[in-house]
Formats: sequence, C-alpha cells, structure tokens
Amino acid sequence: MGAYILRRLGYGMLVVMGVLFLLFVLFFTVTDPDDIARKALGEKVPPTVIAQWKSNHGYDRPLWPWQDFEENLLFDHYRRMLTFDFGLSDADDSPILERIRKGMWPSLSLTVPLLILSLLVAIPLSLLVAFFRETYIDRMGVFVCVLAMSVSTLLYIIAAQFLLGKLLRWFPISGFDPDPLLLPRFLAMPILVGIVAGIGSDVRFYRTAFIEESTRDFVRTARAKGASEARIMTRHVLRNALIPILTQVVMSIPFLFTGSLLLESFFGIPGLGGVTVDAIRANDFATLRTMVFIGSLLFVLGQIATDLSYGLVDPRVRLE
Amino acid sequence: MSRLLEIRDLRTSFPGERGRGPQARVHVVDGVSFDLDRGEVLALVGESGSGKSITALSALRLVPKPGRVVSGEVRFEGRNLLELSVGEMRRIRGKRIAMIFQEPMTALNPVLRVGDQVVEAIQLHEPVSRAVARDRVRALFAEVGIPDPEDRLDAYPHQLSGGLKQRVMIAMALSTRPEILIADEPTTALDVTIQAQILGLLRNLQRDRGTAILLITHDLGIVNELADRVAVMYAGRLVELAPRTQLFSNPLHPYTRGLLASIPALATPGARLHEIPGVVPSAGHWPTGCRFAPRCSERFEPCEAQDPAEATREGGRRVYCHLIAPSASGAASGATSALVRPHHKGGR
Amino acid sequence: MTPSLEPYLISNLATLCLLVGLAFIVRVVRRSRLWSEAATSLWRRRRLALCVLGVYFAIALLDSVAWKGGVPEDAVGVLPNAPYSAIDRIFLGSSESSYSAPFAEVEFYGGRPLRYPGAHPLGTDIIGRDVLFMALKGARVALLIGALTSLIAIPLALMFGVGAGYFGGRFDDFVFFLISTLASMPGLLLLIALIMAMGRGTLSVCVALGVTSWVGFCRLSRAETLKLRELDYVRAARVLGVSELGIIFRHILPNLAHLIVITFVLMFSGLVLSEAVLSWLGIGVEGSWGQMIDGARNELSREPIVWWNIAAAGSALFALILAVNAVGDAVRDVLDPRTLRDAP
Repeated sequence: MGAYILRRLGYGMLVVMGVLFLLFVLFFTVTDPDDIARKALGEKVPPTVIAQWKSNHGYDRPLWPWQDFEENLLFDHYRRMLTFDFGLSDADDSPILERIRKGMWPSLSLTVPLLILSLLVAIPLSLLVAFFRETYIDRMGVFVCVLAMSVSTLLYIIAAQFLLGKLLRWFPISGFDPDPLLLPRFLAMPILVGIVAGIGSDVRFYRTAFIEESTRDFVRTARAKGASEARIMTRHVLRNALIPILTQVVMSIPFLFTGSLLLESFFGIPGLGGVTVDAIRANDFATLRTMVFIGSLLFVLGQIATDLSYGLVDPRVRLE
Repeated sequence: MSRLLEIRDLRTSFPGERGRGPQARVHVVDGVSFDLDRGEVLALVGESGSGKSITALSALRLVPKPGRVVSGEVRFEGRNLLELSVGEMRRIRGKRIAMIFQEPMTALNPVLRVGDQVVEAIQLHEPVSRAVARDRVRALFAEVGIPDPEDRLDAYPHQLSGGLKQRVMIAMALSTRPEILIADEPTTALDVTIQAQILGLLRNLQRDRGTAILLITHDLGIVNELADRVAVMYAGRLVELAPRTQLFSNPLHPYTRGLLASIPALATPGARLHEIPGVVPSAGHWPTGCRFAPRCSERFEPCEAQDPAEATREGGRRVYCHLIAPSASGAASGATSALVRPHHKGGR
Repeated sequence: MTPSLEPYLISNLATLCLLVGLAFIVRVVRRSRLWSEAATSLWRRRRLALCVLGVYFAIALLDSVAWKGGVPEDAVGVLPNAPYSAIDRIFLGSSESSYSAPFAEVEFYGGRPLRYPGAHPLGTDIIGRDVLFMALKGARVALLIGALTSLIAIPLALMFGVGAGYFGGRFDDFVFFLISTLASMPGLLLLIALIMAMGRGTLSVCVALGVTSWVGFCRLSRAETLKLRELDYVRAARVLGVSELGIIFRHILPNLAHLIVITFVLMFSGLVLSEAVLSWLGIGVEGSWGQMIDGARNELSREPIVWWNIAAAGSALFALILAVNAVGDAVRDVLDPRTLRDAP
C-alpha cells in the first residue's frame, strides 16, 4: 500500500515534469518572450523598454541549459513552478500567486455546491430511469438527456440570464458578494445553469452504470432470493454502480479549486475560472501557464486519490 | 392431493431478432408440461438453447426482460404462480422455491460479504435479528461443508474458490428451508473433482431434508447420479419424460437414444461414439412438425408435416414422436394422459 | 501568389478529395456484408437524424465550391472579380445597413423601407448582414472543424496507439507517458494555450483541438491492439512470416475500423461545442456559429429585444449536435455495444 502510493507519486511527479516541459515549449519557444513582451507593451515600444520588461519578469535569459547552464529559462521555469513562485502577470504586473489565493474561495463557493447538488439531482434521476429500463420512461429519459447534451453551455447561460435574470427578474444577472447572506442570491443562477448543463451527460453515464450492474448475475440471485426490485436497486445495484460514479466524483474534486471558466466569467464571480478568462483576453501568458500547471498538478493528485478510493470502496481491488 | 409443482403448457417468448417494433415473438419454451413431487429429483436435460433454463426461470417468473411467459400455468401447491401479485410471488421466491445458478463466480454480489448475502436471504423472509440469522448462516456453512465457517462469513466472494462460492449459493438457497430447489447447471462451471463434491452435497441435502430438486443439466452423468425422473427437452419442447431407470435402459425417442449413445461411458467399448448429425436449430428457426425431424435418422413423411402426438406409457412415461403409438396399452385416453402419476419416487 | 494557391481553389480541391473519399468509403461499405448491414440498420434506426445531417452536408458542400464571374455588376457591396460560393450567390446584394427583424417590412432603427422586401426571412444583424446567410455559412465551418480535427487526431491516435500496443517495450512506455502527460493537462486550458501560442486561425484551432482530443482514442486503440495481437489468427500470421506492417494493416487496423467510426461520430459534437466556447473567448474560427452567438449575446439587452440572430445560430448548432449525438448513439449500438460506454 505504502509502496504503491510512493510509486504512484513518483510517476505523478514524472508526469508533472512532462507537463512543465510541454508548457516551456509552448510558452517560451513557440511564442518567445519577445512576442509576449510586444503583446503586453504594444508593437512600437523601444527595445530598451522591452529589455527592461523582460528583466522584470525574469525573461532576460537564454532559453536552454546548453546556452548557459547556470542561468537559463528552462531550469528557471522548473524551479519557479515547482516552488510555487509564479512571478508577475504578463498583463498588469500583479503577483500571480496572490490572485490565485484570492480566487480560490469564490471558485469553491460555486463549484462545491454545484457538484453536490448535481449528484443529488443526477443519481436519483438516473436510478429512476434505470429502474424503468426498456420502457417508455427510460426511452424518454435518454432522449431528454441527449437533447440536453446537445445545447451549448453558452446558450444555457445566455438563456438563463435573459429569461430568469432580465425578463423574470428572479435572480441578479451577475455579480458576487462574499457576505454569506447575500451569496446564495448571486450563486443560485450559475449553480442552476451548471446543473442543467451537466445533467444530460451525467444521467446518461450513471444510467449506463446502473443498467450494466442490473444485468449482472448477482441481481438475478437477489431476485431469486425474493428481494424486491427497490431493494435490489438500492442495496445491490447502487452499491456496485457507485464504484465508477464515486471514482469519477473523486477525480473531479481537485478541479473544484480551479472553478468554471464559463460560469464564473459570465456571472461575474471573481474566481480562478474568471482569472483564467481574463488572462486569455489580456494575452497574459504567465497566468495562463500557471493555471495549466496547477490544473495538471491537481489532476495528478486526483488520479492518485481515485486509485486509492477504488481500493477503499471495491473489495476486489488491492493496491500493490 | 395436488402435486408440489405442476407446470402446464408453459410458453415463454422473446422478441425476434430485430430488437424493436412489434416483430413476431419467438417461443423459446413452447408448450412444456411436467410436474414435481415432494422430495423428488427431476432432471431437465437438453443441449444448450433447448429452453431448459428458461423453463426454470419461467417457473419463478425470473425470465429476463424483454422475455415473458405468454401462457400456461405454474401451479405450486395448487396455486398458479403466474397469477400471483408481485409481492406474493416474492414471498415464494427464496422462501418456498429457491434457486442456484450455473456461475458461482458472478452469482454473488462482489461488494457484499458472503455471510451478509445469506443473512439477507433469511431476513427477507423471516423476522429474525441479524445475530440470530448469522448464527443460522454459520451452521448452514458448516452443513454445506465450508471449512472455517466463522471466518468465511466475512469473506468477499472473490476471496473464495468456485467450489466454496457454489457452497455459499447452496447455503443461501437452503437457508429458508424451501420445498423446491431449482439447480441450474450447478456444477458446469466447476472443476471435475469439485463437481463430484457438490453433487454429493446436493444428494445428501436432498436425502436429509427431503427437498425436491429440479435439476437442469446437459450432463447425463449427473442425471444418472441424482435424478429420479428425467425430462428431455429439444428446441423448446419436451420430447420425452421418464423415470431415470427406464430412460437409461430403454430410451424411446430417437433424440434421447442419440443423446445416450453419445456418452462415452455408456457406449460399447471400442465402438465408434454415436453423434447426432447437424446442430440444434436456434430459437425462431424451428422447423414445422417434429422439431428434431431434420436431424433424425428415422424420420418419415408425417414428421415434417405435423407435431407428434403425446404417447404415454406406464410409469408416467411420456414421449412425443411419430414412431411411438399414442397409447400402447389403450388405457390412457388422451385427455388425462398428461396427469399419469409417476411411480418412481425419491427415497426418503 | 500564384493562382493555383488561391484559397478558394484549395477549398474546391479539398471538396473534390472529400467526395472521392466518400465514394471510396461507400464502395467499401457496400462490398462488405457486415458494414452494409450495419449501415442499413443505422438508416432504419435514425432516418430523421441522418437526413438532417445530409442537409447540413449539402449546405456545406454548396458553400465549399466557389467560382469567379457571373456576378451582377450592380449588386450592393460585391467585388465583381472575387470567387463566390453557391450559397454566397443566393444572398448576393441583399445587405442592409442595420437591424431588421425577421420578415420585417422596415429597418429596425432607420425607418427606411427595405430594398428587397422579405429578403431577410431571419432578419439581419447590427451591420445589416443577413442572419439566414450567416447561419447557413456556419454549417461549413462546423463540419470543417469536425472533419479536419478528426483527420488530425485519429491518424495521430492510431499511429501512437497501435504502435504502442503492437510493439510494446520502450515505445509503449514513451506513448503511455505522453498520453498521461497530455491527459493530465486540463483540456480546455491546454486548448487555449495551444491556440494562443500558435496564433489564431482555422488551422491552428483544428490542430489544437486535434492535439487535445487524440488522447482518449489513442488509449482505446492501444488497449484494443494489445488484445488483438494476442488473438490466434494474428499469432498465426506472425508464425507464417507476415511482416509486422502487413499484420498491422491486414489484421489490426480492420479490426479497429468500427472503433474509428464510433470515435469519429462521438468526437464530432464535442469538437463543435468546444469551438463555440473558443469563439466566446475570442479565439474561435471565423464565421462559426460560436462567433454568431458571441456577437449576439449582448443584443438581447437591446430594446426591443434582438433575439433572432442568437436564435438562428443557437438552433442551427443545436440541430446539428442533436443529430450527431443521435446518430452517434445508434452507431455505437450497431457497431459495438460492449467496448464503449457513455462517457462521463
């Protein structure tokens, strides 16, 4: 077990190193620091200003170790990312770490309730649909899921803001207030939109898991024992189908921190998703790079957590 | 007094090959009748695809969707199970009629402890506490020959061997002292040595508890060891039903004869093993008339034209073949012939 | 620039290649009993969705072939010597200077009567472009994104996946590492980073989408190849001395064909939807429905409400994705009910 975790961590570290290398190639060679500087400062700035900006941002070094082993951007990039010393934004020179720290809480306040409510809605619904498999209800349910999946999230957001915000005035169109009394008012609509946008694919995935489990032999055994259909669904099928569902949920937990690009940006929530969108709009490569790195790091951790949770919930799996 | 279990003219159908729409349904079980007495072992024999498993599942109303029982009767102590409410049926399943399956590997829930699964079977039917149920399970485990029953209670299925899992299944089936045990190929998935042990266990349990067993198998060796009577199925229909000794010593239907002749142990040493030409037609592609006719070496004109009539013989023997005269003795007069009582009973 | 490299000629040529390719695929399908049965079954199950896809395809085709000349000299805002596609020609000269509502008799903010009464069945946008025209043009962009990206992603995935699965060893380790690395980078962010690093434009969007979407199929084809190479007939071929490439092309790839088709269809809708998000971030493909939606979303707050361009782009996008999803489900059921399940 311990050895297993160590090995997984080791491979995860290797993957993170690979991610950092890819990021370096993308952000230092495909677009080089001169491009970045010109995008940040404008095309017609004198070279001295560019040189000054580059040295402020630590870009004033050769790229590769073979050019200068002591002082090069590759090693520098690794050192800074791995020590969480993310430096200054390319767009407005603000410290990136500070923005991440500030953006995390608004993101979590959106994504945590969103995840929990999504599960609370999607699992019973899919259980119901799976219970009525091969009937009209099931076919209708699947059709509605496909229908819901076929609408772009953009359209959900725009429609919600227009209908619920502008026409019906149920919720504020956008905005954020950390005050715990006012917060739910602002978060209600983004959460609602998030649930609706995700429910189609969630229900379909869970339904498949449930139906797959409910065709297993042990279900027939339970039936032969005289267990009721409801009992079979909740005790036998749910227990087994929750394994893939749970691991999917565990996998998504790390990404609660990075928030949602679309929802945060549209609804004016000052979270990390919004930070990322601002960075894209402002050609802020340093922030974007940092966000990709953090995302990958969280993914690697999430994967290890998923494997461990497999070992916990599935007695057949032994980690070694 | 009525029989323990009477199956009359059972028909179970599945949708045809094109999955959707109101296409013709295929009768996988097509007019099967037999009965089972208390304490008797009846073997239902046939090649795979002959409908023997579906017959058993139909009796318990466990036919997997989208299949369904379309007509017939399944009388258990005189009550037609096909007319019971879902709740009443549930009280019979597991409690009065229990079933064990072919694949002990997959028939147990992989995420629940085996002890709990047997406890569930008890608690579903009897208002006993968990502790009491657990004590009973421990005793049952010992009875079915599971070593270290105490430890095994908390084992997960994947920690047990196939033979032990099948013993757990048997313990589960017997936990509520059912009158009938339906055993669907209980040993097919096991090693030969384990097969013998499980068969021995079934025989002992049957003798000690007097449980009637409906044994579904394609293995005539097992039939010879356990069964009191044998029903042979082919392509969804019964072709012959006879006491075991009569069937083995004097098979009447050409298909039964073919089956017996293809068993190495029963064939004359040195002689070429018999083989039935052709393959079992799949459901939906059944020929008209006698369904065995295309593969039968003794077929003549009426075989392919009309269904064979029922021929009865002493000892409750029934054969469906054009070669066999409907009533040799002239005593059985058609209408009641299906109800002729078997004389051969399980020893008690 | 030499005339042979003009974009419209490349587009014409590509269309021709596409049609030839399709004809070839149809021929292969008709020759194989298995595939033609699958196609018949698919048609029987999803007639409507397939017809919808056919309409989109036809519109895209009409918009892909362009030629010069034949343009009336007095048409408004038209360059006489520029190439125009069939769709362009239908709408030539019907531009306005501002909004008009669907079937409106007058312009929205001008009060001036329309030059061509009833010529804008879906109205116009803020600078007077016909909404129906733009919605139709979007079909080609959407299909282009899906097709070009798949053309990049699927061969890439097959090359690495089959290679890793078949040859194993170091190459497999490398591919596995590459896949895990790419898979661990958040998809949308990696996509954005790639486009920002490579610069904007249709090709770079498709390359970026390709790079971010090949991983899943690579993993699948690797796993399938691992299974296939252990099959008896593949072993037999190896014993008989068939070359490695011969085995891959004759025995492995044909057995992955159904997975390729399923992946292609299932990937398609995701790609088009991703492009909509990219458009909203300002890094999408010129002329896509995503751009239309993005451009129109603030117009919902106008008084009176300008809803028709977002409605047109939204429904065009929705109908295509719905049809593809419906066909995708059926394709999976028909070709392979076991290996692939609904993705989360």
